[in-house]
Amino acid sequence: MADNQTYYVPEQSKWPIVATVGLGVMMYGLASIMVDGKQGVDTMGAWITFWIGSAIMVYMLFGWFGNVIKESRSGLYSAQMDRSFRWGMSWFIFSEVMFFAAFFGALFYARMFAIPWLGGEGDKGSTNMLWEGFQATWPLLNTPDPEAYPAPSGIIGPWGLPLINTVLLVTSSFTLTVAHHALKESHRQKTKIWLAATIALALVFVCVQGYEYVHAYQDLGLTLQSGIYGSTFFMLTGFHGAHVILGTLMLVIMLIRIQKGHFTAENHFGFEAAAWYWHFVDVVWLGLFVFVYVL
Amino acid sequence: MQINDITSLNKQAVTGVFMSAVTDTHAQDDHHHGPAKGITRWLLTTNHKDIGSMYLIFSFTMFLLGGAMAMVIRAELFQPGLQIVQPEFFNQMTTMHGLIMVFGAVMPAFVGLANWMLPLMVGAPDMALPRMNNWSFWLLPCAFLILVSTLFMEGGAPNFGWTFYAPLSTTYGPPSTTFFIFAVHIMGVSSIMGAINVVATILNMRAPGMTLMKMPLFVWTWLITAFLLIAVMPVLAGVVTMMLMDINFGTSFFDASGGGDPVLFQHVFWFFGHPEVYIMILPAFGAVSHIIPAFSRKPLFGYASMVYAVGAIALLSFVVWAHHMFTVGIPIAGQLFFMYATMLIAVPTGVKVFNWVATMFRGSLTFEAPMLFAVAFVILFTIGGFSGLMLAIAPADFQYHDTYFVVAHFHYVLVPGAIFGIFASAYFWLPKWTGHMYDETLAKTHFWLSFVGMNLAFFPMHFLGLAGMPRRIPDYALQFADFNMVSSIGAFMFGATQILFLVIVVKCVRGGEKASAKPWDGAEGLEWTVPSPAPYHTFATPPEVK
Amino acid sequence: MRVQARRAGALLGGLMFPAMSMADWTLNMSPGVTGTSNEIFDLHMTILWICVIIGVVVFGIMFWSIFAHRKSRDPDRKPANFHENTLVEILWTVIPLVILVVMAIPATATLVDMYDTTEAEIDIKVTGYQWRWKYDYIDEEFGYFSNISTSDDEIYNRTEKGENYLLDVDNPMVIPTNTRVRLLLTANDVIHSWWVPAFGLKKDAIPGFINEIWTQVDEPGIYRGQCTELCGIKHGFMPVVVKAVPREEYDAWINEQTAAAQAEAELTEKDWTMAELMERGEKAYASACAACHQPDGTGAPPAFPALKGSQMALEDMQGHIDIVVNGSSGTAMQAFGDQLSEVDLAAVITYERNAWGNDTGEMVTPKEIFDYKNQE
Ligand code: HEA
Ligand code: HEA
Ligand code: HEC
Ligand code: CUA
Ligand SMILES: [Cu+2]
Repeated sequence: MADNQTYYVPEQSKWPIVATVGLGVMMYGLASIMVDGKQGVDTMGAWITFWIGSAIMVYMLFGWFGNVIKESRSGLYSAQMDRSFRWGMSWFIFSEVMFFAAFFGALFYARMFAIPWLGGEGDKGSTNMLWEGFQATWPLLNTPDPEAYPAPSGIIGPWGLPLINTVLLVTSSFTLTVAHHALKESHRQKTKIWLAATIALALVFVCVQGYEYVHAYQDLGLTLQSGIYGSTFFMLTGFHGAHVILGTLMLVIMLIRIQKGHFTAENHFGFEAAAWYWHFVDVVWLGLFVFVYVL
Repeated sequence: MQINDITSLNKQAVTGVFMSAVTDTHAQDDHHHGPAKGITRWLLTTNHKDIGSMYLIFSFTMFLLGGAMAMVIRAELFQPGLQIVQPEFFNQMTTMHGLIMVFGAVMPAFVGLANWMLPLMVGAPDMALPRMNNWSFWLLPCAFLILVSTLFMEGGAPNFGWTFYAPLSTTYGPPSTTFFIFAVHIMGVSSIMGAINVVATILNMRAPGMTLMKMPLFVWTWLITAFLLIAVMPVLAGVVTMMLMDINFGTSFFDASGGGDPVLFQHVFWFFGHPEVYIMILPAFGAVSHIIPAFSRKPLFGYASMVYAVGAIALLSFVVWAHHMFTVGIPIAGQLFFMYATMLIAVPTGVKVFNWVATMFRGSLTFEAPMLFAVAFVILFTIGGFSGLMLAIAPADFQYHDTYFVVAHFHYVLVPGAIFGIFASAYFWLPKWTGHMYDETLAKTHFWLSFVGMNLAFFPMHFLGLAGMPRRIPDYALQFADFNMVSSIGAFMFGATQILFLVIVVKCVRGGEKASAKPWDGAEGLEWTVPSPAPYHTFATPPEVK
Repeated sequence: MRVQARRAGALLGGLMFPAMSMADWTLNMSPGVTGTSNEIFDLHMTILWICVIIGVVVFGIMFWSIFAHRKSRDPDRKPANFHENTLVEILWTVIPLVILVVMAIPATATLVDMYDTTEAEIDIKVTGYQWRWKYDYIDEEFGYFSNISTSDDEIYNRTEKGENYLLDVDNPMVIPTNTRVRLLLTANDVIHSWWVPAFGLKKDAIPGFINEIWTQVDEPGIYRGQCTELCGIKHGFMPVVVKAVPREEYDAWINEQTAAAQAEAELTEKDWTMAELMERGEKAYASACAACHQPDGTGAPPAFPALKGSQMALEDMQGHIDIVVNGSSGTAMQAFGDQLSEVDLAAVITYERNAWGNDTGEMVTPKEIFDYKNQE
């Protein structure tokens, strides 16, 4: 810890309070959209609130990150600062892991406990008295109360599009690593090419996923409302998809920054953070592929 | 811009020298930066002391609000029959009281203490990520604005208890539930960022020479608390997101007719919920581990075992969640596992209690307000721990569960536990924060009135619970009347006493006997090496720790 | 042990509140009347005393330090400087561990005992509703609701409160003594929890799932408890009352109930007059609907709409029948089609359309309801 002397403490900044207002307004708008929508009230005002909040958030993100980038590039940050960022990013990713863990937990619980009980097996098997005719299966192609939750007519098999998606994402992790190595060796052009390839793979992934959703909704009747299978399926893949999109945005910004000549072979934490995030998204997908699609 | 050459490496490290933040345009050099003037000081600040103060003020405000709700509860329960409020509103009060106290009062108070003290204790110039720090704070008022606004919405505020079990909170919840969910999300973001900041500060900003096993205990407990926060707040976010989907998008996570299970909600909630209760107590353990040695004038007994104990408590806290769910019908193997795991927590906690007692043993004890609160903490928290242990015994819990025995348990660990821990810390560090000594006589009065009021309010709840009074009811059978009255009287006494605390703090901020850099002769640590009040910027140059 | 516990409790209480006159309070858990409840009570006393003893030892040492090692006693007192001792640290880790094992043994035994799943003679399905219980005697094919019978006047302090204030119901559950009974617990809407302290039984009633519990009561009597899981506005007002009666009495009761259920079924065929329906409707309304819509039909808006003067009750007969029979999904308004007989459904709808100034003069007959239910 010999290099603590030059820790950079920023002066006053307006970004936190802008971010607070932005997030608050956005969330309030979002909640109003849902509540008003459910009550059949006009949601126009709620949407406006939501968009105002989102606009503030976008403004904030550009401003805040812009600030950080500027400070970093003017050499204000020490190696110690760099470590703070690294700890920050790692623990942020850990928190994301736990967020997904909650949904995986729901999936495992439904499969291992709830569904068998409802179907008359195990400890609370007498439950089946309430759901005559219901049989435990997974994937869940019948629900205890088909009127309330119509079951899907089919599900998405793992060895078609999901397999392709797996290949896409794993490859993208690989191309990203190549880009990173290139950056470390100061091969700018090579970095750009491989990074662009990564982004391309990510976009294809998102498109394939979108196609799969349309297929599920239109042809299979596999929806959010089709019982716990649909619920967990869309919750897990949906949040994963959202993370892919976020990660792709990060990568795009990194590409732009490289284009602008940011980063050096030694100092490119922004890039690394995006890369970590991308690998995390990839690993989550592997979990998804195994537990949502294959098993 | 200027990077200052630090020339004078002052061991005591109180230089006003720090790095100016603004690039080129700002041409000032080494000088003693004070805070900005006016409201912008608070809105735009990046200073850990300012942010710490804001957290503490916010927390106390929430304590008064949550406390006022508790007063409504106690007033209604003063006598059998419905007198003051309708059951619907009573349920809203119970729910909001629990939520506000847990997320608004106790957690922010500890974050406030962390903000003030961690940089001072590890010899850092500020928190690791100062701007994010300010964001973490400001998100809290934002979240609570939304939460409290639900009281005025059609259909009323959340009324399903602070544990918001589905389906009461999903299919049967009031429309405001959606707002409640987003408020929880925002609080969660705030807590996670605050915790990340704490971890980064502790792992990365320690003064040279301060190895992990030389860290003050408050720092250690906060490190572990922050880890718990980062691990479980996202799980809370996950479970409220599932609720959101069930309410608004037709999923069936918690609905058996689609293959879900209401009990799934409880599993996920308590996976968050149990570590959460240790989040509310570990920092208090840390603070008490400073205060007792200071007023015993004797080093803390068993430093290393204290650290391991906190670690053990934190790890165990992940595998005990279902002790809140013994009556939902989990298979017997599960019951046994969760019972044993829960009981085990008594061991490391016991180690801590014994260490505190051993620290006092053969010391030279004085009893200023921080010490009074700390001693009461040890005794009363232990009583709460004992009742916790009784609750952990699964078969016995069938009788205790959801009765006032549980209410007694958790108020014993939370009020004389968390809240007394916070009071003790506040009195301990007030001289450092304000530069003045607080009024000792008033503080002792505050202590004794709180002590008596609190016991009067919460001890009889044990009897009520054992006699069979369920919790969360606005009205009760006649045999519970007498103890409820006693309890209400105690609660009013305890509540009114807290006004005194406000008076003491305001008085101390505005003036009083000047405090020296180290007002307590037994106190140890870097925070006592800087003057009182602590300058706006401290440790721009890290001190050397031997 | 038990007697001692009571004495100690009484002593403690006596010391704490000498001046208070307390008619009916207790300090401790009561041992109850079943094997399970007795085992739990003993377990409770064991762990309580262990905690008390540990407390006395730990706090004893602490108070002694506070007293003997205080600075004010000797201002020049030199504090000791020790801060470690591996031996005592190991000791006070291991000893509590041993104590815990000592506690865990009887706890495990008790728990295992409770899960004794040998066949029961009688099965009763217990369903929690907002806010009342339904008891279905599965083998006998009849069932009924059990509502709180404490009057609003008592609750709102307009009259003297009765002895069993809040703990009385119109139709208690009835079980025979000396017989093993199995309860199948479930719920219709939200989670409730069924508790009778004297039996040592508390289990959650979870919508969509069934939890099983067993009990055997040997002493005839009336036993009271309450719902113990927050289940909405009237969570505090859904008591559990169980009447344990000797076997002969139970059998007679069963016969009576079965006959009544039979007679009830035949009533659907009968020709009902307005006055008869109104009379019956008033009763059915009080027991099934008044909890939410209030006895005077004013409801508690916005949660529970008023029926007095409601558009639906005045004009929309089909809608009225539909909402009562099928409920309104996603709200507290349940489907009463399966809960009430055709007669009661007809009666209650007729009542709602003619009471409190809703003078539509319209009536629905049980037959119409029967046809409505079976139209698909
Ligand atoms: C700060 C908060 C806090 C803390 C520290 C604790 C600590 C403990 N809690 Fe508590 N608990 C709550 C807050 C807390 N709890 C809350 C809020 C609820 C209710 C939530 C709700 O439903 O709303 C609750 C509910 C709760 C339940 C569920 C009850 C029910 O709903 O039926 C249980 C059951 O096991 C339990 C157990 C314990 C145990 C074993 C500990 C242990 O950590 C205690 C360990 C301490 C000691 C044992 C004392 C010191 C030790 C010694 C002196 C050593 C020697 C002792 C022995 C060997 C016996 N708690
Ligand atoms: C840290 C957490 C914390 C704290 C500090 C407290 C503090 C208090 N609690 Fe709380 N409580 C909970 C956490 C906490 N509680 C939780 C989690 C629940 C469960 C909720 C649920 O079931 O969902 C609960 C539930 C709960 C109940 C059970 C409600 C029910 O089951 O229906 C009761 C009943 O007496 C109660 C009482 C009190 C009282 C009297 C205080 C007092 O200590 C408060 C004292 C403070 C003040 C009074 C404020 C200061 C003074 C003023 C504002 C001035 C006005 C004063 C007067 C007019 C006298 N609490
Ligand atoms: C647990 C609470 C509860 C009980 C018990 C209950 N209701 Fe309701 N009732 C509701 C709620 C909530 C609504 C509003 C439903 C909606 O918004 O769709 C409602 C709506 C109604 C309506 C429509 C009112 C209107 O103007 O739209 C009628 C008629 C009605 N109930 C009749 C009854 C009858 C008859 C009973 C008893 C057999 C009964 N209710 C018992 C909660 C209850
Ligand atoms: Cu039913 Cu509480
Ligand atoms: Cu717990």
